[in-house]
Order: sequence, then structure tokens, then C-alpha cells
Amino acid sequence: MNDNWVFHNGKSISRVREDFPILQHKLNLKGGIAPVDLVYLDTAATAQKPLQVIDAVNRYYTRQNSNVHRALHTLGEEATAVYEGTREKIRSFINALHRHEIVFTKNTTESINLLASSYGSSFKPGDEVLLTEMEHHSNLVPWQLLSEKTGCTLKFIPIDQNGELELDQLDQLLTERTVFVGVMHVSNVFGTINNIELIIKKAHALNIPVLIDGAQSSPHMQIDVQALDCDFFAFSGHKLYGPMGIGVLYGKEEYLESMPPFMGGGDMIRSVKLTGSTWNELPWKFEAGTPNVGGAAGLGSAIDYINELSFESICNYEDMLTEYAGKLLSGIKNIKLYGPDGDRAGVFSFTHDDLHPHDMAQFLDRFGIAVRAGHHCAQPAMRKLKVSSMARASLAFYNTRSEIEYLVEKINAAGEYFSNGI
Amino acid sequence: MAFDDLYQEIILDHAKHPRNKENLDFISDDEIHENPTCGDSVKIAVDFSKDGKLERVRFDGDGCAISTSSASMMTEIVEGKSKEAVLNMIKSFILIMRNEDESSLEDWGDLIALEGVIKYPLRVKCATLPWHALENALL
Repeated sequence: MNDNWVFHNGKSISRVREDFPILQHKLNLKGGIAPVDLVYLDTAATAQKPLQVIDAVNRYYTRQNSNVHRALHTLGEEATAVYEGTREKIRSFINALHRHEIVFTKNTTESINLLASSYGSSFKPGDEVLLTEMEHHSNLVPWQLLSEKTGCTLKFIPIDQNGELELDQLDQLLTERTVFVGVMHVSNVFGTINNIELIIKKAHALNIPVLIDGAQSSPHMQIDVQALDCDFFAFSGHKLYGPMGIGVLYGKEEYLESMPPFMGGGDMIRSVKLTGSTWNELPWKFEAGTPNVGGAAGLGSAIDYINELSFESICNYEDMLTEYAGKLLSGIKNIKLYGPDGDRAGVFSFTHDDLHPHDMAQFLDRFGIAVRAGHHCAQPAMRKLKVSSMARASLAFYNTRSEIEYLVEKINAAGEYFSNGI
Repeated sequence: MAFDDLYQEIILDHAKHPRNKENLDFISDDEIHENPTCGDSVKIAVDFSKDGKLERVRFDGDGCAISTSSASMMTEIVEGKSKEAVLNMIKSFILIMRNEDESSLEDWGDLIALEGVIKYPLRVKCATLPWHALENALL
């Protein structure tokens, strides 16, 4: 199959790939193998960055660098405009009602730690936090730490063998003791798109707030936090084609207002006396210390880039790629593919009868194909499926059908390499 | 070619037909030795002979070709040796794999095949995992 897709803004797939400098460079492998093209299939771990994002970070540090919210000089104003400008872009990107509902963090993990430490500080023994068995460690361990501190209990919506939530158990799991629900939107292992609409509706019927971990969904689908009516939404800039080290916690104003600060320091205070302080208003109450303004500059540019391609166009292309990859991968001999059969995201975890996922990843690397192998920071889910490790190929709009065909060809070659002649 | 250095014939053979690999369900899961970055795990059982030597070392677990072959070859080379000698070997092996000791594995029998792993820092932990587990079992 040839790759002749044109995105909403008139850019062809090959033109889009040219925006990503890393895809233009040959990969140097060990042992004198001639450099090869990179086939990057690890976007679920971190996305590659378009030149526009790299330029924005570069521009910030070459022309705009200054501290925010305090300097009265020209650069201080510019840096503040960049930082707060990205906050507005994010508000619009996820359709939040207010700009001050967007809190900058380091990444999804920090967003959830902020929430657990701050919102969770009032939890009492006997209170129940409902999570799922498929959560990434980042939406599990912060709640475990909270449980040790406050005595609250953690409960879990189970998963089935397809990596789908057993939502028929939801009514029993939501009780009058449930004080919080946290669930991932899209699974980083199975590619499952969870029915968060149903979970939010049922939790809200009992006045329970819901956090959506949007690390894997925000780069691949249009998020509308008002339509979803979720109370919190967390995501990372680096998975959204932006720089590492900047992430977001969205929270509804009423909740954020009621929450105590997460970290203390500069920028988050209104007035400081030696004996006590008062807090700054939202969102700065949660942003202690000098923030990652360069990261914000890059993230703002990443959002512009996505908007130019348009989510409709990105989704159409990624859906086509996902369907194609699902069809080809499920046809490979001796491969077990995990995750739902039908509607799913472009995340494909698999195991091979004849070789371990590490050896698979190492073999593919020899041909420039980057996949992940391991437990994907979801050990409880892996344990439930009785698998210690999986290989995972994950897609983005810069991937092509030819790359998927190449992956399939090399998976077959790996099977032969490890089973032949021994 | 570096890739074939990594997966030498001996390694693939031990990975496919591991020696001294048995079901060790009688050992509690608390004693599993795990590589937290990848989820690989290994259990070790040591039988001592009357004179205090390692009569037989068995392993069980789930790992890649590198960690499985390393475990298999380890169980062979330590057989009949004293506890002290084996603890010293473990120390040396780990240092050599981490490239902190430039000695060769020349006199280590089949294990010389693992020298290729030194060039792949991310895989060194795969090779040393069973050795750490054996050290745990001996201490």
C-alpha cells in the first residue's frame, strides 16, 4: 500500500514527517551496521517533536528568557505572556470553562500526586477511592501513599482478559463510602478506550468527583472537559508532541478553590509572615517556584501544530492506521495480541510464542524499529493476565502503513531467527 | 555483527533448552528476584552436599534469552564449588558485566558468550539478574 494521505491543512503525510527532524536522521546502530531509518513506534512512551516545537523552545531561551510574574522589565512581560498564553491555549484545547482551572505541573504523574496530596488530605479511614486494575503506576502509587497516610481504602474496577473494564460491577463498587474515582481514559497497555462517560455519570449520581488520566487520550482525540463533565483531567506535554517536563492538571474551579496548596514556595503565596502565609489565587496557588516556561512555550506550539492539522484529520488518519496495524499484527503466526477486538487506540501489546519481548525489541532495534518491551508501568494488569512482559508498538499521525508493513516483516524474521536450527 | 555477538549460538541454545530449570513453586513468591524495569523474575533453589559444597542449583522464572541463558550457564558453572568461591564468582561476574572490571570471561566456560552483552548497557541487568538471585539465596 502506498502512503498518500493529506491532512486538513493540505500537508501530505510525507510533508508532515518532514516536520519531525528526528524522523529525517539515520539511526546509528552498534557494531558497524550501516545507519538505518528510524521507525518510531513508541509514541505511547513519548511522542517525537515537530520542528515548530523545538523552535519555540529555542526562541524562548534565545530571545524571551526571564522569570515570570515578577519582573517588570520587557522580557519579564514577554515570558509571562508566553507562559499564560499557553495556559489559554490549553484551556481552549480541552474546552475548560476558565483559564485558572489549568494548573501547570511537570507531567501527568505530578498532576496526580498533587491531587492525591492536596484533595486527598481530608480523606479519613473508611473512605474509599475507586480506581481500576489497568491503571498506570502513576494513577495507583500516589493513592497507595495516600492510603498509608490517611487510612483510606483503595478499590478497583476489575479488567477482563481483553483488557476491558468489567463495568457491570460498577454499581456495587460505588458505595456511600466512595469519596473519589480515578480512571485512565485510554490504556497504555491494551489501547482500550474506557467508557468514562458512564463512570462519570454514575459517580456523579452519588456526588463523587472523578479524575480522568488523559496521558494516552489527549494526544489522539479531542477532549472536551465540560462535555465529559469530569472534575479533574491530567495529561503530559511530552506525549502531546511537546517538550518533557511540562504537564497539566485541569480541575473544576470549585474543587481547586477548596484544596490546600501542594508545595510551598514563591509564586504560590499572597502574603508571607514568619508565622504563616496566605495563598495566591488559582491557578498559581498550585504553582510554587519558578515554572517551566520554556516547556510551556513548546507545549503552546505543539497545540498550535495539532490544531493546524486538526483533530478530525488526525483521528481519521490514526483510525485508518490503527485498523491496518490491527489487521496485519493479528495475522502473524505465533503472536498473541492483547486488547479489545473492536474500537481501540493505536497501542498494540503483543507476545510471541518463541521469544521473549526483550529479545523481540532488541531484534527490531537492529532494523531501526523502536518498540517498547516490559511491564509498561502497569504491573497489576500484567499480573492479572499472567504475563510478565509484553512488546508494544504504538502509533502516531507521523507513522505510515509502510512502517507497519516493515514491523510485521521483521516480527516474522525475529520468530525465524530465534526458533531456527536450535 | 554486534547483534550476533549479543545472541551467540550458545546463548540461544541455553535460552531454548535451559539446564537446571525446574518448577520451584515451593519457594514463596516473596523470594522471587525481580528486575523492576522489565518485570523479569527468577527464583533459585540451592542444594548443598555434605561437605558444604553447592551440589545443585536450580532456577525457575520468566526471562528473556539473555537472562535465561545466563541463569542456565550459571547453574552449571557453580556446581561443586564452595559457597565462598561462588560468592566471589558472583562479585566478579557482576563487575565484569558492568564493565567495571576488565577481566575476560575466557575461563568461564560457555559464559564467555555473554561478553557481547557488555556493549548493551540496557541488557546488562538481564544477564546479572540470576546472579543477584543466587547471591541472595546464599547469604
